[in-house]
Amino acid sequence: MIVLAALIVLLPFAAAVAGLLAGPRVTRLLGGAPATAAPEGHTVVTDAEAGADPDAVQEGATPPAAARFGLRNGPALLACVPAGAAFVLAAIVGLTLWRSPHPRSGALTVVDTGAVPIRVAFQVDGLAALLGVLVCAVALAVQLYSVAYMAKDPRYSSYAAFVSLFTAAMLLVVFSRDLLLLYVGWEIMGVCSYFLIGHHWEDRANSRAAVKAFLVTRLGDVGFLIGILVLGVGASTFDIPTLLRRLDVLPHGTLVAAALLLLAGVAGKSAQFPLHTWLPDAMAGPTPISALIHAATMVAAGIYVVARLYPLYLAAPAALAVLGVLAVVSMVGAALAALAQDDLKRVLAYSTISQLAVMAAGLAVGAKSAAIFHLVAHGAFKAVLFLAAGCVIFVTGTNLLAGHGGLRTRMPLTFAAMTVGFAALAGVPPVSGWFSKDAVIEGAQHAATHGGHLPAPGPHDAISGLGEGGAALSPHVKPGPITIVSETWTIPAIPTGIAWLIYLALLLTVALTAAYAMRAWLLTFFGDYRGTGEPREAPRVMSWTIAALAVPAAILGFFGLGADELRPHPVSALLGVALLAAGAAATYLVWKRDPAADPARVLGRVRPVLARAFLVDELYAAAVVRPVRRLAHGVAVVDRQDVDGAVTGTARLTRRLADVVRRPGGGDPQSYLTGVLAGVVVIVAVVVVFL
Amino acid sequence: MILVLLTALPLLGALALLVPAGRFLPGDAAVVRFGAAVSGATLLVAVCTAAVFDYGAGSRTQLGVNRSWASSIGLRFHLGVDGISLPLVVLTALLTFLCFVHLARHAPAGGRTRLLTGLLLVLEVGMLGTFTALDLVLFFVFFEVVLVPMYAVIAIWGGPGRADAARKFILYTLFGSGLLLVGMLLVGVKAGTLDMTVLAARHGAGLSRGVQIGAFLLMGLGFAVKTPMWPLHTWLPDAHTEAPTVGSVLLAGALLKMGTYGIIRVALPSVPHGAAYWAPWLGLFAVIGIVYGALACLAQTDLKRLIAFSSVGHMGFVLLGIATLTPVGVNAALFGNIAHGLITGLLFFVAGSVKERYGTGDLRELGGGLLSSAPRLAGTLTFAAVASLGLPGLAGFWGEMLALLGAYRPHAALPRGTFVAFMAVAGLGAVLTAAYFLRLLSTLTHGTPREPVPVGAARISAVEYAAWAPLVAGTLLVGLWPKTLLDVTTGPVRALLGGG
Repeated sequence: MIVLAALIVLLPFAAAVAGLLAGPRVTRLLGGAPATAAPEGHTVVTDAEAGADPDAVQEGATPPAAARFGLRNGPALLACVPAGAAFVLAAIVGLTLWRSPHPRSGALTVVDTGAVPIRVAFQVDGLAALLGVLVCAVALAVQLYSVAYMAKDPRYSSYAAFVSLFTAAMLLVVFSRDLLLLYVGWEIMGVCSYFLIGHHWEDRANSRAAVKAFLVTRLGDVGFLIGILVLGVGASTFDIPTLLRRLDVLPHGTLVAAALLLLAGVAGKSAQFPLHTWLPDAMAGPTPISALIHAATMVAAGIYVVARLYPLYLAAPAALAVLGVLAVVSMVGAALAALAQDDLKRVLAYSTISQLAVMAAGLAVGAKSAAIFHLVAHGAFKAVLFLAAGCVIFVTGTNLLAGHGGLRTRMPLTFAAMTVGFAALAGVPPVSGWFSKDAVIEGAQHAATHGGHLPAPGPHDAISGLGEGGAALSPHVKPGPITIVSETWTIPAIPTGIAWLIYLALLLTVALTAAYAMRAWLLTFFGDYRGTGEPREAPRVMSWTIAALAVPAAILGFFGLGADELRPHPVSALLGVALLAAGAAATYLVWKRDPAADPARVLGRVRPVLARAFLVDELYAAAVVRPVRRLAHGVAVVDRQDVDGAVTGTARLTRRLADVVRRPGGGDPQSYLTGVLAGVVVIVAVVVVFL
Repeated sequence: MILVLLTALPLLGALALLVPAGRFLPGDAAVVRFGAAVSGATLLVAVCTAAVFDYGAGSRTQLGVNRSWASSIGLRFHLGVDGISLPLVVLTALLTFLCFVHLARHAPAGGRTRLLTGLLLVLEVGMLGTFTALDLVLFFVFFEVVLVPMYAVIAIWGGPGRADAARKFILYTLFGSGLLLVGMLLVGVKAGTLDMTVLAARHGAGLSRGVQIGAFLLMGLGFAVKTPMWPLHTWLPDAHTEAPTVGSVLLAGALLKMGTYGIIRVALPSVPHGAAYWAPWLGLFAVIGIVYGALACLAQTDLKRLIAFSSVGHMGFVLLGIATLTPVGVNAALFGNIAHGLITGLLFFVAGSVKERYGTGDLRELGGGLLSSAPRLAGTLTFAAVASLGLPGLAGFWGEMLALLGAYRPHAALPRGTFVAFMAVAGLGAVLTAAYFLRLLSTLTHGTPREPVPVGAARISAVEYAAWAPLVAGTLLVGLWPKTLLDVTTGPVRALLGGG
């Protein structure tokens, strides 16, 4: 099993190395012609994604070059075959865990550092197996889709290799048993996102977006790394299960500090307030990358880590409360911002922030299984949404909603898939998102109404709902003052007020999500086509991929029926559907009045503020970026003038002293004789006076 | 005897070049080939040393040579390697060899290849000698041997401001050496021996606290100039900016390591009380160096100067590791040394190639778009920069991570709160490090190239590949499998600090 897990991680890694070193060469070896000539002189300076594939866009729906020599496309083979193999292996691992859900783990080697050793060790439990399948499935879909989407790109080879590396890094995070090993995967994802978001680096704006994504997440990651060190040194191990067993050895302050520091990294990777600003800009990357980042990797990593270390958070409820507050801000703020975006991908980007906040809220109120459920469902439907949006952008040549419209009849397959995606996002029953979101809301409601005064702790622990490691981990959590374990819910000791806040924010988000999903859906597919040209359905590799992905996005919710806490509950379900209907209806009514105009116009003067996401970017630029830049220039000046100035000043001083000392020895015999005479006089005088 | 061979080979090679050109190796190409052969043979000897080294007993000095040298004052010709010095010996031999490989096609302007070859070989003697010497005075002799060749390399083959840079380099480091010699003699006289293994085994026994504090200050300042530690670093950016590519590579890759190696090898074990007294100050200057170096880098406009300042930051992490006085911290320092040698060596090679093609190292003049005008060059630069900013999975990360780990729980005698604060500041420094490297990559490699692109900018010569490949491979190897290095150093580091 551990060998399988290691293989799942290593396969995409090997694919990445091979792709980077020899991608195009394989094509030549197989007898196919390389997609495009060498990148020399290739310049594409256009508006973000839309201009990325200008040729492809003009060509419309004709089969792209790569499809033409299908099996002879070296980079594509190097990317897709290992991804497929990894998916099969992940499915095998998942099925095995399904049948006998006890965690398996094993270490390959131990690295002695002189203090706490690092273990190269893997662990497979239900949670890891589930995420493994999700990651591999989305990665495979993205790779297949990209073969067509990126067919005209001269750098497809390195692109596919970085996607493979990205996948490998995420899988390392998923299967790692050691916190530092997990961190390795965690950071490699960061740098892959940098390379992929900046894929079209000819445009400086993309380059800036890539740098921003890496730096913002890295800022959080420093906190994350320090949190790992605090935990590891405190418990004398980086091994996750051992560490979670030793939590009661650590002082409470250390636990809270470590949990909060880890949250910094979580907020960075999962794009939660205040480190969320990189995600909307990350739309500069090619659309399949957005699907990869938003659905299964990177942003999922943050939520996954909190779930993986959940006993730590249950033991440090203060950190959970902080997570809850951050989630509330991100959830509502991002949903409001999504309402006013005029770029389809940015709508989806803000929806990701908002939905991740829903998961974080679920974790904060103790509904861990519900949060993971939503993570999986979100992975499925967000992959569909982004890849379908990619199809729309591919054929219309623009990201802007203003250039879409009326695509329902022109792109029926994309329309169907995207409808499923939007329905799941908004939480329309019985699509997957409805089940998972309802489970989270139910959890929040439970925490708000029952928080702090529950019946006696029961023996049964609900975290095992998905049949995974929660069961193995949670017995080590101290019940009683810190955690209250009821028959179905683990409610952490967060203040009831915060639980209520989370609950209400979740309900508000349901209405807002319905509103912005409806708006994007209507503006893209209904009314008259507002762009140029005659859009037709995208190439088959792309449309089939999204059609295949739409199936799990639609039905995944029913898998939750097996677990009690994931089943829909009448009260919250009805409330949710009512709010959903209200939000969607509001948008629809506004749109109905004038189908050609953007429903966001009713926002009036608030609209620009929402469109710029409450000016957080501008605030950071003024409060952090510019001061640091000024400081840097100050340091450069101080270094030259003062620090180095002191050194050169010493040299100058020495020379001046030397001048003074040299003067008596200037080569003038007269002054020598005067000196000798003066010396004689002085000596004689001394002798006469003192002797 | 293998260690004598290690230092004798390049020395004999340098001496052979004293034979007039008419009699021996006429022509520059032959001279460079000769240099490559000699340094290649030296590298082979270094690899053999690593092969015959008994890793089970890495904390014992092995393959030793211990002869009387000047018996009247107790000087001995004492060489040996252990797990601490072995990686540095191999690194130095490798970098010197790669420099000669690079010289084969990319001789710096200034001609006189025969002289350059000879000087580089003498430089190698000094560096390898420093890393293998086990007698204080012998150590100092080798330590000083490197100065004059490096001075000449900068002063003869350097850029436009070479005279000032070379003068500053030699005067500044000589000043440090003076302090170092006084400190070493203080220890030698008070302890009654110059044998470094004996001094290390005593762990400061027989030296009063006052002597230890004074000796550590003197030796520490001497080594800190070489390292360089903030604020004693200002010779470095000038020297690096003006030096030719091979000079920069050796200066950053191997020469700087002599400073931190000296602290670990000489100052820490022989005067531990002095070390404990000064450690918080060392840590303070180290973290200032990290943040200061990173901020200074953010404002640099010259490629080589930027890399030079990045060395100040990276050496800050190394010094922070040492300041914790823990096995993990010293491990971090040794790991950081090797990683910095590999990565910064690569960075300077690439910077040299950029300068050679575009005729300038000024970021504003270079413009952007390197990824499209010279994709492979830009790719290698990206790799090196990403490695240098401490990406896990590449060499740079482990040194930094272990230094932070050490700082979180420093030696019991040190103020923990202070070091935890150092850790936090160093962590922020790591973000700034990422910021300036990404800024560099963004301005240089992204965007569209400035026309006209020099002819042949995209082509990478075989020699360049040959010089880069081992460094790339090494960065990947120790990054992906840090065990290779940590297993060699952990044992001796524990012994050095008096642990089990």
